[in-house]
Amino acid sequence: MSILAILEQRGGAWNRMSFETLAAAQQFGAELGQPASAAVVGQGVGALASELATKQLAKVYAVGHDLLKDYTPDGYAAALQQLIGQAKPEVVLFPHTYQVRDFAPKLATALDRVLVSDVVSHHVDGGKLVLVRQLFQGKINVDVRLKGQAPWFASLQAGAWRADQVQAGSSKVETFAPQLSSADIRTKPLELFREAQRAVDLTAADIIVSVGRGIKEAENIEIVQKLADALGAELAASRPICDAGWLPMERQVGSSGQTVAPKMYMAVGISGAIQHLVGMKGSKTIVAINKDPNAPIFEVADYGIVGDLFQVVPALVEEVRKAKG
Amino acid sequence: MKIVVCIKQVPARDSLLRIDESAGWIQEADLSYEINEPDAYALEEGLQLKEKHSGEVVVLCLGPARAAQTIREALAKGADRAIHIEEEDVANFDPLASAKLLAAALKAEKPDLVLTGLQSDDLGYGQTGVIVAQLLGLPHATIIMQVEKTDGGIKVKRELEDGWFQHVEMPLPALLTIQSGINKLRYATLMGIKKAKSKEVKRVESAELGVAKTESSIEAARVYLPGRTKQTQLFEGDAKDVAAKLVEKLKFEARVL
Repeated sequence: MSILAILEQRGGAWNRMSFETLAAAQQFGAELGQPASAAVVGQGVGALASELATKQLAKVYAVGHDLLKDYTPDGYAAALQQLIGQAKPEVVLFPHTYQVRDFAPKLATALDRVLVSDVVSHHVDGGKLVLVRQLFQGKINVDVRLKGQAPWFASLQAGAWRADQVQAGSSKVETFAPQLSSADIRTKPLELFREAQRAVDLTAADIIVSVGRGIKEAENIEIVQKLADALGAELAASRPICDAGWLPMERQVGSSGQTVAPKMYMAVGISGAIQHLVGMKGSKTIVAINKDPNAPIFEVADYGIVGDLFQVVPALVEEVRKAKG
Repeated sequence: MKIVVCIKQVPARDSLLRIDESAGWIQEADLSYEINEPDAYALEEGLQLKEKHSGEVVVLCLGPARAAQTIREALAKGADRAIHIEEEDVANFDPLASAKLLAAALKAEKPDLVLTGLQSDDLGYGQTGVIVAQLLGLPHATIIMQVEKTDGGIKVKRELEDGWFQHVEMPLPALLTIQSGINKLRYATLMGIKKAKSKEVKRVESAELGVAKTESSIEAARVYLPGRTKQTQLFEGDAKDVAAKLVEKLKFEARVL
């Protein structure tokens, strides 16, 4: 019995969340008195596996096959199901990346298990692991207990564990060659690409005023633009505003947009779903204006105003102008 | 092309949520409900594909009796018919249990394409579509921003992190989970609302689907409001007063003005 961390790489480069998952696996192992191991999947992953062998782990699995060169859900799920069959881990951990969201539920289902996705923290209660995840876009938490027989599966939210807490050590690399046939892989992945260059670089801004769904209508964006102008700030938005076409996509902050860390980030009418928070929670000072006192944005805010933005923002414009003289 | 769109009814986005006394779920009595937003985009994508390539759009919804309203709205937007798997106790369902019911209903329909939103705004597991694909043995792709029909199947645009995308080709039948913003949502027309009244809604009790009840590998033990990780200075009250207080803090304490 053990903890197994399935880490993510693309083209020989680690996804930065992989080491957060590795740190979590070591912690879970220490707390539950179980050895922690790690696996990396792809083609020619020997160098990455050797790097993992310098960490405190029971074993490192280098899962390699030509058909794993490019990611496909069919290839990854089949390879990992075979690995799990051999390694027999009790708890399997993944970073909660877009790729994991694509294949891990398939893998868990193949073993008639439920993946506990997007886990934000954990505790051990009576020797049993309790996983905490979020409901309602972060407004409510739920404690999830594991039942029945191992293995259990969980994916861990970005930033919830700290990569700098990975313990160094030494372990052995074991090569695992799954049985795969090209007929099993039904989807054909093509090149990765980015859309046209971004004209707006939000990462260069000292102050960002960001607007969310609370603004209600496209015409109302002007109210927040005035606040941005008064502060000398760039205007940004959460995803729904860009989806609706009220502001261009290049002004989007969040997991699918830009990641920013300005001196001040002012979130206006943004509830603070995790997809938004990951794009701005590194900001030095965070201000939130929202009518819902339980909005998750207040959990990361230094200063908050609970109130109607249509009254608060114009008042704020006036006060900012006064203060700046 | 025969398309089935799986939709879910969830509490309206601006709902003020309260935990119920047993700490098992939220208080549902005073909530209003709406279609899960990513599912609305999945429905729109289904309708647009049908308009381009002809065929049928069937809406499939697992939910309590109140979900009938959301189903009716989907029909008013242009879906041809609907299947409602009635189940009152959906709050206690994990995504595998939900997906098993959806898959059982889908099996009989034999669609060319199954669409659903990439995640629900309530439970937020973000897995139901992928699980349904696995249960039905279909290829899938997630977080889709574009769907094109090709000679042998479909070509889709997957969203990845940090502004990256990837095209993926696959044969039909297949399942896609749709990202919000893939298209522009339509409103139901008066004509659509009128027509919806005569469209077929097939009601199925979840027990009729013949899905064996198995024990889940997880249990939602307790729900609660998250604690704050940061000391937030909160201001409430008259707009002018709170604005003045905040600006003073920003100028003299945070020193960002």
